[in-house]
Amino acid sequence: MSSLFAEVPPEPASDVPVRRVTINVNGEARTAVIEPRLLLAHLLRQGFGLTGTHTGCDTTNCGVCTVLFDGTPIKSCTMLAVQADGHNILTVEGLAGASELHPVQEAFKDEHGLQCGFCTPGMMLTAKAFLETNPDPTEDEVRWALSGNLCRCTGYQNIVKSVLAAAEKLRGQAGN
Amino acid sequence: MQLDEIKIGGLGASRRRVEDNRFIRGKGNYVDDIVLPGMLHMEILRSPLAHARIKSIDTTKAWAIPGVRLVMTGETMASRNLAWMPTLSYDTQAVLATDKVRFQGQEVACVIADDPYIAKDACEAIVVEYEPLPVIVNPQQALAPGAPLIRDDKENQLDNVVFDWAVGDKDGTDRAFAAADVVSKLELHYPRSHPSPLESCGSIADFDRATSKLTVYMTTQAPHIIRAAVALVAELPEHMIRIISPDLGGGFGNKVPVYPGYVASILASILLERPVKWIEDKTGNLISTGFARDIYLHGEMALRKDGKILGVRMHTDSDHGAFFSDAQPSKFKIGLMHSTFACYDIPAAHLTARGVYTNKAPGGVAYRCSFRVTEAMFFQERMVQAAADDLGIDQAEFRRINFVRDDDFPHRTAFGFLTDSGQYGKCLDVGLEAIGYQDFLRQKAEAAKQGRLLGIGISTMTEPLGAGNSREYDILGIKMFDSAELRVHMTGKAILRTGAKSQGQGHETTWAQIVAHELGIPADDVTVEEGDTDTAPFGMGTYASRSTPVAGAAVAMVSRKIRAKARKLAAHLLEVSEEDIEWELGRFYVRSSPDRGVTIQECAMAAYSNVPDGLEPGLENNAYYDPPNLTWPFACYIATVEVDPGTGVWDVLNMVAVDDCGVRINPMIVEGQIMGGLTEAYAMASMQFITFDAEGNCVGSNFMDYLLPTAWETPGFELHEVVTPCPHHPIGAKGIGECATVGGPAAFVNAVMDAIKGIGVRNIDMPLLPDRVYEALTERHDVSGAPPVKMDDR
Ligand code: FES
Ligand code: FES
Repeated sequence: MSSLFAEVPPEPASDVPVRRVTINVNGEARTAVIEPRLLLAHLLRQGFGLTGTHTGCDTTNCGVCTVLFDGTPIKSCTMLAVQADGHNILTVEGLAGASELHPVQEAFKDEHGLQCGFCTPGMMLTAKAFLETNPDPTEDEVRWALSGNLCRCTGYQNIVKSVLAAAEKLRGQAGN
Repeated sequence: MQLDEIKIGGLGASRRRVEDNRFIRGKGNYVDDIVLPGMLHMEILRSPLAHARIKSIDTTKAWAIPGVRLVMTGETMASRNLAWMPTLSYDTQAVLATDKVRFQGQEVACVIADDPYIAKDACEAIVVEYEPLPVIVNPQQALAPGAPLIRDDKENQLDNVVFDWAVGDKDGTDRAFAAADVVSKLELHYPRSHPSPLESCGSIADFDRATSKLTVYMTTQAPHIIRAAVALVAELPEHMIRIISPDLGGGFGNKVPVYPGYVASILASILLERPVKWIEDKTGNLISTGFARDIYLHGEMALRKDGKILGVRMHTDSDHGAFFSDAQPSKFKIGLMHSTFACYDIPAAHLTARGVYTNKAPGGVAYRCSFRVTEAMFFQERMVQAAADDLGIDQAEFRRINFVRDDDFPHRTAFGFLTDSGQYGKCLDVGLEAIGYQDFLRQKAEAAKQGRLLGIGISTMTEPLGAGNSREYDILGIKMFDSAELRVHMTGKAILRTGAKSQGQGHETTWAQIVAHELGIPADDVTVEEGDTDTAPFGMGTYASRSTPVAGAAVAMVSRKIRAKARKLAAHLLEVSEEDIEWELGRFYVRSSPDRGVTIQECAMAAYSNVPDGLEPGLENNAYYDPPNLTWPFACYIATVEVDPGTGVWDVLNMVAVDDCGVRINPMIVEGQIMGGLTEAYAMASMQFITFDAEGNCVGSNFMDYLLPTAWETPGFELHEVVTPCPHHPIGAKGIGECATVGGPAAFVNAVMDAIKGIGVRNIDMPLLPDRVYEALTERHDVSGAPPVKMDDR
């Protein structure tokens, strides 16, 4: 980041403890000085401007904040940002390659797996991690794998179809 | 050669959605994603009590926290005459409480600070002293003699009644009942529910002192209504208010009303001259914003032995919470409840409706429904099943006996609606065939021998969507038309703007398809924009399944205006008179020599480069569409279930949906809407409800207590279609976004009731939780979800 110009906050409240963290986000090391109580979801959204990670509840139920933590889906609203220090985080912004969408992204569009799009980043990341552990799932296995992510719009049927379609595509790629 | 309409993404193409390109990349632009320079953050302190007098509010400690910029209470609001605001239903609502709090979660104070964490800390530092008052949590308590008066702020309000309303033919209905062979009765409670889109409500108010312009980014389904409301409430000139509704993470009716948080953020921005962002947490959303349903329905049906319905009598008691703030068309106090039984040919009907205030959050919003039709159709289909059972007539046959027949349209319903099209019998047949009705009845009988409980539930209904024609429909006096504006650029590409506002329905995709259908401009060449009141034409917004019926019609009409002008340009280019020109998709040609023609794109170029004398340059126009009638889609939903007699747990075996929403613009999107709706129907039937304890504490204030179905619980659906074009809509379309939520619940409940038929249980209130079903099975009595609580029980 450029250091040509940086505004220094007027008088940092001296009794607020801060910590310096470095997190690898979508393949790039990002460093921030944060309060220990800051949630990971908020650091990603407000600190790093990665607003594809959403927040939708206060109780770890909805899953719209899902990101991959060293490859495993976690709910970033329920993890402190300091806990991610030194770890790898993948957000929806890191899902596509430079020129290509990830097969899961393509499948969600092709199978109409989203409507308002609010749950979509979390759904896709959960699906991506799931398909890495289970490349050829049954419909029931997909439904179970997604059961930590709520969607209010689609009724899930097309999301399940999307994940199954992505699985097929990924298997095809792996076979090549 | 004629263009292939499907290839250009016209009518009937399952075109992939344009908006998905940003959503799948995490590049949506929801209100909480927007960051403005110098932006501050607002949090709301809410009342922990449901009914209490405010004795004092001490904000000293909050002000002392570093980073706090402003603390506002009812007093701050009152000093600007903003402590109360008008609602969309001619009531008033407190913005920040001044005198007393009237429901748990009511807004009491706000803190504006440098970041949301500081604002939350400061809210906790505010000390409010309350004097608790007796609490009312249901209509029975509200109407009891001597009940405490909730709205003592209103002059002339001497009781807790919001309205007392009647519609229909009382004498005719009395006569029908006098002539009846059998009278069937049913009482039920449609429980309180919350639309709960995953994105909560929020706003960013940005008042610019230099220009006096107020820009508000806001989670609203109806930006123009909000602009009008802000102009009235904040007394700002309307042209100095710009409401921008960015991407919405779902709405379902929750984002129609004006909420105190919006108003408070606006005042804060005016006072601080900085952008102020307010993002509601989930608990705030669930306990304070528009609830739905919570209505007691009583009804009876006059029947002839042969199955003919002679008349219907209904009464409703609806719980509106502390403020009547849901948006209903102003003529109809209980929304379109009187559309009930519209698909049946019933000679006489009468409905009385009473609304009451209680110490609950304002309720009665149309949750994925067209103004109370969800309750209307649920009651209708439960009553129909009860009547068929009372007469011992097969439930499918009973419907067939009473359906309005295909050749009886237009048909005037007993309550005065005019239905205009449908093939009700055919939809039912398609549904019965798909589910394998006769087969299932055999299986059910077979299973019964082994003590297994199988059931089948049918729900058939037509509903009034697309309010509406200006003779009948207005909100706060504003007629419910809608609009579209189309600009065709020089190279034949275009931008379309409408007064509607998508929340997931895919308008950016489907509106372009209507333009493609009317003009032959490929849908990919049409940008669609909505939600910015500075650029979009005035419209009433998106709810009540009104976008396709009203705004969609406006899109077709504005395209036709463009085509009419393009015809003049074509005549000029082809050097013939307009009368000698024919239109085919995307092209005008000379009638006598069809090879000579010009494309719509060539006409567009001419509009800017080769305009005949006397013709205005340019190719743009707008259309305001006032629909002649509502649209009347029809649906037949059939569910089969198995109930476990040992636990009361029920599983859906199959669910078939037959929808007739007229012409489908984008079948993929239509089916997506239906599946989403069916899931919410299943949710209401099986798990989704919000209750209150006797103190008015909201039980269901978060997603741990308020259960929404996940992919695991949600059953699969099988969809079928029948197409009866709407006779008055320019492209024959009808509303669809809400049919399944409206009609679906009764199919599930009827199926469970069918499975336990014969044990003397008439009703189990939704949601059909296992313990309720088990209680009905073992104790053989009705199970009510909300038994009336007597005043002295508390
Ligand atoms: S925001 Fe709901 S689980 Fe994280
Ligand atoms: S697409 Fe709206 S919540 Fe899933």
